[in-house]
Amino acid sequence: MRTASHRSPIRRTLSTGCAGALVGVVALSATACGGGDSGGSGSGIIRSSWGDPPNPLEPANTNEVQGGKVLDMIFRGLKTYDPETGEAKDALADRITTSDQRNYTVTIKRGHRFANGEKVTARSFVDAWNYGALLDNKQRNAYFFEYIEGYDKVHPLSGSPTAKTLSGLRVKDDRTFTVRLTQKFSTWPKTLGYNAYVPLPRAFFTHHAAWLKRPVGNGPYEVASYSKGAVMKLRTRDDYKGPDKPRNKGVDLRVYTDSNTAYTDLQAGNLDLVDDVPAQQLKFVRADLGNRYINQPAGIIQTLTFPMYDSAWRGPAKAKLRRGISMAINRKQITERIFRNTRTPASDWTSPVLRREGGYRPGLCGNACAYDPARARKLIEAAGGLPGGRMTITYNADTGSHKDWVDAVCNSVNATLHSDRACVGKPVGTFADYRNKMAGKQMTGPFRAGWQMDYPLIQNFLQPLYYTGASSNDGHWSDPAFDKLVNQANAASATGAAVTSFQDAEKILAEQMPAIPLWYQNGSAGYSERLSDVVLNQFSVPVYHQIEVG
Amino acid sequence: MGRYVARRLLQMIPVFIGTTLLIFLMVHVLPGDPIRAMWGDKAADPAQVAALRHEFGLDKSLLWQYIDYMKDLFQGDFGKTFGGRQVSEEMSMAFPVTLRLAAVALTIEMIIGIGLGAWAGLKAGKAVDTGVLIFTLIVISMPVFVMGYLARFIFADELGWLPPNVQDSEDLQQLLLPGFVLAMLSLAYVARLTRTTFAENLRADYMRTAVAKGLPRRRIVGVHLLRNSLIPVITFLGTDIGTLVGGAVVTEGIFNVQGVGNLLFKALGQREGTTIVGVVTILVLVILLINLLVDLLYAVLDPRIRYV
Repeated sequence: MRTASHRSPIRRTLSTGCAGALVGVVALSATACGGGDSGGSGSGIIRSSWGDPPNPLEPANTNEVQGGKVLDMIFRGLKTYDPETGEAKDALADRITTSDQRNYTVTIKRGHRFANGEKVTARSFVDAWNYGALLDNKQRNAYFFEYIEGYDKVHPLSGSPTAKTLSGLRVKDDRTFTVRLTQKFSTWPKTLGYNAYVPLPRAFFTHHAAWLKRPVGNGPYEVASYSKGAVMKLRTRDDYKGPDKPRNKGVDLRVYTDSNTAYTDLQAGNLDLVDDVPAQQLKFVRADLGNRYINQPAGIIQTLTFPMYDSAWRGPAKAKLRRGISMAINRKQITERIFRNTRTPASDWTSPVLRREGGYRPGLCGNACAYDPARARKLIEAAGGLPGGRMTITYNADTGSHKDWVDAVCNSVNATLHSDRACVGKPVGTFADYRNKMAGKQMTGPFRAGWQMDYPLIQNFLQPLYYTGASSNDGHWSDPAFDKLVNQANAASATGAAVTSFQDAEKILAEQMPAIPLWYQNGSAGYSERLSDVVLNQFSVPVYHQIEVG
Repeated sequence: MGRYVARRLLQMIPVFIGTTLLIFLMVHVLPGDPIRAMWGDKAADPAQVAALRHEFGLDKSLLWQYIDYMKDLFQGDFGKTFGGRQVSEEMSMAFPVTLRLAAVALTIEMIIGIGLGAWAGLKAGKAVDTGVLIFTLIVISMPVFVMGYLARFIFADELGWLPPNVQDSEDLQQLLLPGFVLAMLSLAYVARLTRTTFAENLRADYMRTAVAKGLPRRRIVGVHLLRNSLIPVITFLGTDIGTLVGGAVVTEGIFNVQGVGNLLFKALGQREGTTIVGVVTILVLVILLINLLVDLLYAVLDPRIRYV
């Protein structure tokens, strides 16, 4: 069944001036233009797999990867992350200065314009950020602005906002604005590469509905047409002034219901790029695509988090138990057999995408993350055995096929403890219900937790997850020494010192093991012979502007 | 006749209210908070969750939510998805796609199904009859995803006659493969039904009369026999239209058809209540109307049937 490499017999003539003719055409009629089907005729257009984003493409409201892909192409923010090194480089920012790690002055570069001709000014940023933060606008990424002073007024925990704009943002002139944060945050400028921070044109506010139908940004691509459920056509902007001018003519994002279908279309020559190789195909992907298959680290780590609100698992006395369970898991075997090396055994709480300079340090976890059944058994026995002699691993059964690896982890634990019934998986039907149980502190044993970074900083892998009372601290772990080190890191003026403090904090995680690091997740992609220079960034999104066609 | 139709239409009202209420209740008793789930593994801030719950009326009692929903519905407003899109807009994307696919499938199953059935019925007990029997048995016992992948492998990958997936649902050629797969199962039932009624009616009195009158064979089979044999087949096709319009999750998934089945499947995954209830409401209406239509068709096919 796996020799599908014949060309589809369907050929359509390539009509010239397709993109131009299609501007503004909505819905089903747009498909009359078959430019994407020309398969290798040198059109310069990349045909890439996609899924319809569930919500309108407001930058501060898009928190999933499909919408993010489009925003990546049509917007540029103050910073951009180098796909190779993860380093936050200046994009629209001319310079961002501070003397106290709390008050920042941002100056933007000259000459950038939105696709509709409007100039990108300091106001474009400040208006966009104020819009994103205000509770009334119900933007999902509002929390990105929580470090800016006045956030509690525009986005109170309960009740209505008492201010419309963030008091910490001030426009000084056309190219300059100042930001005052609620606390010292030395690496804050490096967070600004995320899509939530992009500037918005006036049209976004004045003609909102029209803007949503056809978003206008300041990036190297613009939306030429969008027919929901079929295709979004993006074309390069001739008037784009940035250094990252695309090396192709445009991208057709084609909607697929299923990654398997997209993969077969790639093999049949009807598609150029899939950025999610389905699990069933991993066995054959090397044979099918050779070196046109990409498998590289993404900023995602999977952990087993302990419910520290449950007396059976809580406290330093149980640290031995938690460490013992960690040592009972054969990460290497599971990542090889179940994930086929699309995940890598984790030995710290960050991600390889940070690189060593950014704080990634494999082996920081030490023995506690190394598979050692004999010592694991001793540790667990010394801690009085599993609570009640049994443990469950809770996961949601509806997405992500977690059952396979949860069962494998349990098998590993059971083999270590010489018992068939020590560990069992505990599926929860839907993700929504799973979240409910987590929020309601109803977990009775370790549970699956995945973390995808917001920006490639070590801070993002630690503070939101393990700081006392932090937004994603679902195990409700708390440790004053850890908190102190995080504060210290945020106040540090030099990046190196900040990273060291964060790593010191991480060592406390290794001792206490409130969450077991399991593996780092990779991003995968496959592409056709038409393309070259395909790379994924740290968020597993293809870097479209670098791709060459033909 | 008029009174019959009026009575049937009036009967639809309680059925309609009952089914929508049931679906509404079922969607809302599912555990978990769909608003919270929008943030995925990330933390959601409670103020925002509260604001969204209020916007979608989820903070009201279930009965009020239903009343509000029905009020909007009678004004033609299907509500909004949690992502902020109009449900009516989502449906106006999906339904035409599924309708086109359903039309293709229905045409295939009518032509091939009735054709095969008639052939087998006329030659009951002969080799042709056995051949059709074996063919339908195989088709009925084969799971749809096996058929889907097999058909794609043979006709798209190996022979290269048809495109493997649907990119453009207005292109009939692309719809042939999924339409064929979708038609297969019903096609087998249609063939079996037609064959049985054909074989039975061949022995009916009116057939003997027609033969005795000296009518040409073409007229006997094409008019007398066919028309009288179609009643059970039409009933089956009627219910089948309802199923086809409801979308086919598996087939749509395999062939990348962005139809109703796919819309429902995604909505269920996200516990998108408004979309589910909206789609089901339309489907309930469609099925009720088709049932009525089928009942009226009986009278056309068999003049002995009269409605009062």
